[in-house]
Amino acid sequence: MTTAMQPTVAWFKDVDIRAVASVGGKGASLGELRRAGITIPDGFVLTTAAFREFIGELRQQLDTESRIAALKNSDTATLNDCCAGIREAVVQQPCSAGLQQAICGAYQELSDGGKHAVAVRSSATSEDSAEASFAGLQDTYLWVRDEQAMLEAVKKCWASLYNAESVSYRLRLGVVEAQLAMAVVIQRMVNSRCSGVMFTRSPTTGDRSVITLEASWGLGSSIVSGEVTPDRFVINKITGEITRRDIADKQIEHVPAETGGVLEQPVAGHLRQQQCVSDAEIHALATIAREVERHYGKPQDIEWALDQDGNVLLLQSRPETVWAAKDAAPVAKPAARPFDHIFKVMGGQRKA
Amino acid sequence: MSKNPFPMPTEIGPVAGAENWHSMYAYYTHVQPDDDKRFWFYNSMHFSEPMSAFDMITAEAAYHAMGACMTRVFAFPTAMGIDYRVINGRVYISANTVTDPAKITERLEVFQRRAGHYYENWNQFFGEWEQRMGALIKEMNAIKVPELPEYDDESVVMEKRGTAQNHYVRTAYHRTIELYSQMWHHHFEMLMLGYGAYVVFFQFCKQAFPEITDQNVARMVAGIDVLMFRPDDELKKLARLAVELKLDQLFTSDGNPAVILPAVKAQGEAGARWLAALETSRDPWFNISIGDGFYHYERSWNDDLSVPLSALPHYITLVKQGESLERPTERLREERKRIIDEYRSLLGSDDERAAFDQMLAVSHLVFPYVEDHKFYCEHWLTTSFFNKVREFGSLLQRYEVLDRQDDIFQLHYTEVEQALANVMNSWAAGSPPSNRDHFKPIVAERRAMLKVLAEWQAPPAIGPMPDNIEDPALQMLWGITTETLHSWAAPDLTNSNDLKGYAASAGVVEGVARVLRSITDFGEIQEGDILVCPVTHPSWSPLFSKLKAAVSDIGGTMSHMAIVAREYGMPAVVGTGSATKRIQSGQRIRVDGDRGIVTILDAA
Repeated sequence: MTTAMQPTVAWFKDVDIRAVASVGGKGASLGELRRAGITIPDGFVLTTAAFREFIGELRQQLDTESRIAALKNSDTATLNDCCAGIREAVVQQPCSAGLQQAICGAYQELSDGGKHAVAVRSSATSEDSAEASFAGLQDTYLWVRDEQAMLEAVKKCWASLYNAESVSYRLRLGVVEAQLAMAVVIQRMVNSRCSGVMFTRSPTTGDRSVITLEASWGLGSSIVSGEVTPDRFVINKITGEITRRDIADKQIEHVPAETGGVLEQPVAGHLRQQQCVSDAEIHALATIAREVERHYGKPQDIEWALDQDGNVLLLQSRPETVWAAKDAAPVAKPAARPFDHIFKVMGGQRKA
Repeated sequence: MSKNPFPMPTEIGPVAGAENWHSMYAYYTHVQPDDDKRFWFYNSMHFSEPMSAFDMITAEAAYHAMGACMTRVFAFPTAMGIDYRVINGRVYISANTVTDPAKITERLEVFQRRAGHYYENWNQFFGEWEQRMGALIKEMNAIKVPELPEYDDESVVMEKRGTAQNHYVRTAYHRTIELYSQMWHHHFEMLMLGYGAYVVFFQFCKQAFPEITDQNVARMVAGIDVLMFRPDDELKKLARLAVELKLDQLFTSDGNPAVILPAVKAQGEAGARWLAALETSRDPWFNISIGDGFYHYERSWNDDLSVPLSALPHYITLVKQGESLERPTERLREERKRIIDEYRSLLGSDDERAAFDQMLAVSHLVFPYVEDHKFYCEHWLTTSFFNKVREFGSLLQRYEVLDRQDDIFQLHYTEVEQALANVMNSWAAGSPPSNRDHFKPIVAERRAMLKVLAEWQAPPAIGPMPDNIEDPALQMLWGITTETLHSWAAPDLTNSNDLKGYAASAGVVEGVARVLRSITDFGEIQEGDILVCPVTHPSWSPLFSKLKAAVSDIGGTMSHMAIVAREYGMPAVVGTGSATKRIQSGQRIRVDGDRGIVTILDAA
């Protein structure tokens, strides 16, 4: 085995987009953001080497490869049973002493001896890439408050590689199981005053000259899960003007639960219809969005949070995929002579 | 749409007190029964007031030339000329389009050859065009209206001319009309091709950036060095010179030249220097109309020096406060470059960037013509034309065919021909003009009718409403889109204190409204007011240094107000339709230049 040669823990500061094979899409993207000078909550990744070290023996014991190969998407019941069995075995499997020491050591450092809650999120090697359909199929555990819960969450993330939906998807695409691995991101939580998402192009028209920003009170999970109608803003990238402003009635918010995890609660009456992010904060967010977009050279889909002191933190950025797929044909191509464009339009070919 | 929201042309009745309005305009401008089959809209942009009988020549000559350019000269593939009708003194127009694909193909072939010739040689042709216009203006000013003396000049006999002065009344009048008509042909010679370039770039931007505002496209197209800023720049120069020569206290806000100019002259060498500078500025830069050049009463700064002079005290104050008054052209140029570069970088591919570069380059190529032609045509030549017509008015007044010189503008240009023939005959016969009082009651009736017609609320559109408007030229020229049609058809009355227009210059401010109908009321504007006016013209530029925001009834994103407001960085909403009617001076209003909404805050 060569895995022992690779680190099992990689801090964000040591990671960039090229490390995607060992830290997964989410981990690599967070490291890359940090490199680009964007503020993100600190954290580390349990690399695919950690996953392999953990699961190596088990994989052979369970014979996952041939069992999954034998599954059929048409037989949902068998597929579900098989996946549930594998996941259960993964969660029950203890860590080796060395691996557990590495994980807990990094965790203690990050959480400052358990003082700060962390998020534990799966970071699949094909997730968050253009194959967006993988996104969201893996697990995320928020507000994890102690070492025991952290370790359980990590194992659940590893196990999530065998979610029925993921396996079914891989079967459809013919992905080879032997090469699969799962990295896990462990990151400090942000107790956000408000949070939301940004698209660096219009989700409705695909316009690349605007940023669409959605924001709601509390943690971003309420928006991502669609449980709240957020405030919505459109910002012109070039002039910085806020060209649209729809303030929603934000009835609920997600807040950290004292016992760990997330709690849904009603938003205080006077805040429900109040704009939850100030114009100055919108401009700061838009500036960051453009930096990220420039850094990657293509439109981005960004999750962000404002902490209680009003600091902006990015939680995630990935390439926008819906409109990217529609961009194939250019609006116009260069003509032999510049004024030939006029002949084309004036010649009655004006309907696009 | 179950029911057509607009009245039919034939349904529109006369206004009480102006029942005889038809008599002012030629028969071919009157509504015919068949006109009910077509859609027409009110050209409020160019003809915002009822037209006097003579002034209707501005519509007639312009549409003759524009239609010829599109239909016959360049053969625009899908668009021919404009039909126009007059209703209660207002001009309604309807565009003729080509829909037969075979005909479009045929015309496209002609268009490519002919338009291509102009695009390929644009700058050279524009240079030659300026020469031709200069010659036209010179000839207009040189036309001599015969004085018809007691005895004809001795030279008629000694040099065997054999043609008496009354003959030259006719030739001079014809030449005046001809030169004016010719001006309009030159006006459209390159203009429609210029608009074509704009349309293509606008359309590209709207496709590449579906949410881009017209305002931002216009900011990429607009040039910095255009003649329309020149008269204002000259004024600023004169203000600086007045301070430098310590003449500043002589300039009072009433701007009365009869008081100010002699006072300056009395200041010896300093006064002489300033007056010499004034003369230099006047020729040609004060040949600028206080309007858009469609009405005889819109005089030039040269005709009414009180307009530029009354703007001087404010500039003098600013100079003394240490302000440079220079237009920040370098900053404007950099800002334009930044906007262009940013949009360009956001395009999806190098192919798109190359196409964008080409289309923008053509827009930049045509921009100076599209802006600068106005100074030569609508301002310089047109104000000269109306002044020449005034000379004929003086002749008619002298022969007591008319009571006043400017009564001539109450006659149709073909009626002027009759009135002049009467004078020619009178001089020849040696007797008073026959039936000399014929036109006097007609003039009185028409003056009264115009007053009544000015109050008439012209419907924005008439005839059957089309499903949509796809002609990019129509959108570009008149700012009329399918959405405009719908808002005309069913005005949004959700908030009766709101007025909707075009977002012409970004920003939101609140302040005190000052409604100004004419630049001659310049003095009413206080520092920090929000200007509310029918439309602004280049001669209004000096006003903007006092304003917080601006609102107009008429205009699009490339209109004068929009361009100047963006330069000054103040919010502006243009094309509200009715701001001057609904807002009163002194009311507090909010101007939202981002969304194109004006809100009356303290509605009565």
